[in-house]
Amino acid sequence: MNAIETRSLRKVYPAPAIKKRRGVPAPAVPASAEIVAIDSLDLAVEEGEFFGVLGPNGAGKTTLIGILTTRVRITAGEAFVSGANVTADPAAVRSRIGVVPQRPNPDRSLSVIENLVFHATYFGIGRTEAARRGEQLLGRMGIADKMHAKVDQLSGGQQQRLMIARALSHDPKVVFLDEPTVGLDPQARLSLWEILRELHNQGRTIVMSTHYMEEADQLCNRLAIIDQGKLLALDTPAVLKAKAPGDTLVEVTFDGDASVAADAARAMDGVSSAEARGPILRVFSKRGGELIPSLINAGEAHGRVVRDIQLSRPSLETLFISLTGRKLT
Amino acid sequence: MTAEPLAPVAPSRVFFAILLRDLTVARRELPYFLVRTALQPILFVTVFGFLLPRMGLIPHGYSTTMLPGVVALSLALSAIQSVSLPMMQDFGFTKEIEDRLLSPVPIHLVAVEKVVGGVLQGIVAALFVLPVARLIMGPIPGLSFRNLPLLLAVTILGGAAFSAMGLYLGTGIAPQQIGLMFSVIVAPMIMFGCTYYPWAGLSHVPVLKWLVLINPLVYVSEGMRAALTPGIPHMPLLMILAALVLLTVLFMVLGLRAFDKRAMS
Repeated sequence: MNAIETRSLRKVYPAPAIKKRRGVPAPAVPASAEIVAIDSLDLAVEEGEFFGVLGPNGAGKTTLIGILTTRVRITAGEAFVSGANVTADPAAVRSRIGVVPQRPNPDRSLSVIENLVFHATYFGIGRTEAARRGEQLLGRMGIADKMHAKVDQLSGGQQQRLMIARALSHDPKVVFLDEPTVGLDPQARLSLWEILRELHNQGRTIVMSTHYMEEADQLCNRLAIIDQGKLLALDTPAVLKAKAPGDTLVEVTFDGDASVAADAARAMDGVSSAEARGPILRVFSKRGGELIPSLINAGEAHGRVVRDIQLSRPSLETLFISLTGRKLT
Repeated sequence: MTAEPLAPVAPSRVFFAILLRDLTVARRELPYFLVRTALQPILFVTVFGFLLPRMGLIPHGYSTTMLPGVVALSLALSAIQSVSLPMMQDFGFTKEIEDRLLSPVPIHLVAVEKVVGGVLQGIVAALFVLPVARLIMGPIPGLSFRNLPLLLAVTILGGAAFSAMGLYLGTGIAPQQIGLMFSVIVAPMIMFGCTYYPWAGLSHVPVLKWLVLINPLVYVSEGMRAALTPGIPHMPLLMILAALVLLTVLFMVLGLRAFDKRAMS
């Protein structure tokens, strides 16, 4: 059985309501005003997998996690978590999952340990057992000394670890983390990675969304790259990196529209693709840095002046740019 | 990781665990809670039940008319606030309720729990105000506790109606409009809620007598009058109880619908 399965999953948010004003004719709302957050998505995550969902802000990552954690209604299609249908049996799904939200949302009326104890009792665990687990989890997260502190006294990283402890307090089979390292300093991020690796080694299925390439590369068994609600690529980080086109991405920023140089770039030897976006010319090529003089010349032939040049070795980042024409962050 | 399948949890168990959370928090905030809900009625009792009668501006018997209304008011105010305020906060800013929405029960149970918690807090407020009012006003002629079942029924139904109303207002109104809620909904409700005068007295202004029937507080006030001071004319019992049941159902339906909209996107 797959830990997670989605079939032709689709989520459309209605167009935001437009307030009518007297004397002003209501603007016609085009059908495109609806927001398609998830578009015919088919996914299967195996049990015990560390699965990454990679995409820029607004790609649909949070919506996808919202659907799988029963907090967002499906527009069409189906989704299953641990064999339970998220629409038909959300309570069963909730009993098997732990959720770490994008922004920590601890129960501020309760102390740190009470957050864990009460949360566990919501899952039918007795108070004594809940307290024992709570202490153990706080120890593992390295915040045992804050046990009786108020939640507000924790730093951002500590609150995030409290959220992870809370998500684990009922021993779920699948753990969802929605961009868990956003806003953490590098040290807190690394220690969070350690915790996540440990959870994975215990055999849990982990689904994590992120827009940090490095994070996805380091932690995940497999990665789904999504943008605008669509699945663009799905594989192990190693295979995805091998799929990155050309060898090196050369980005040349001109002082004006770069499209004038795109044709010349495409005609150059060893260039697999070239594309202009505004003032930026993006060229994928095996020749890498060797191309730079020719690219500068191609721009100058049309009166453009170079403002910036960047070289990126093949990576998930360059793959993402080739798939979407956009940068991740 | 545990390999055995998770045994389904009894929803009632989860319900009581969440209720226990609310009661734990409420117990810690008890002093603030009492000040918030009982101060207004107590001030009123001090002026109209103690000062003005002393000055001879109000006849002494007025305390008998006023006491049930004051108890009704504190019941209603505390019930409505203990549901609507946390709802506004949790859904609006802090998203704290999220951890309960992720518990393995239908999400409506989380809303129903809030309403039950609101009823309990309403009862505490009413129980607190009654002796304090008696203490301030002195002996109250005609006060009787003989009809305990009726008192209990009015308290629970009244608390339920107002907690459910709190659910509706707390989930249906944007947090920025909380001030508006109190000045536009709660204040007129208090003034025209038959708290400080019996409904029968409105016979002098017939239009108002029928108009105030849309005010849920009227039925709690009159119900308290029927239970605590049976000697004073009050609305027919059947009408009171039927209205309270109806209001509870109405606000529960509206409240759950609004709750759904906020809880799931």
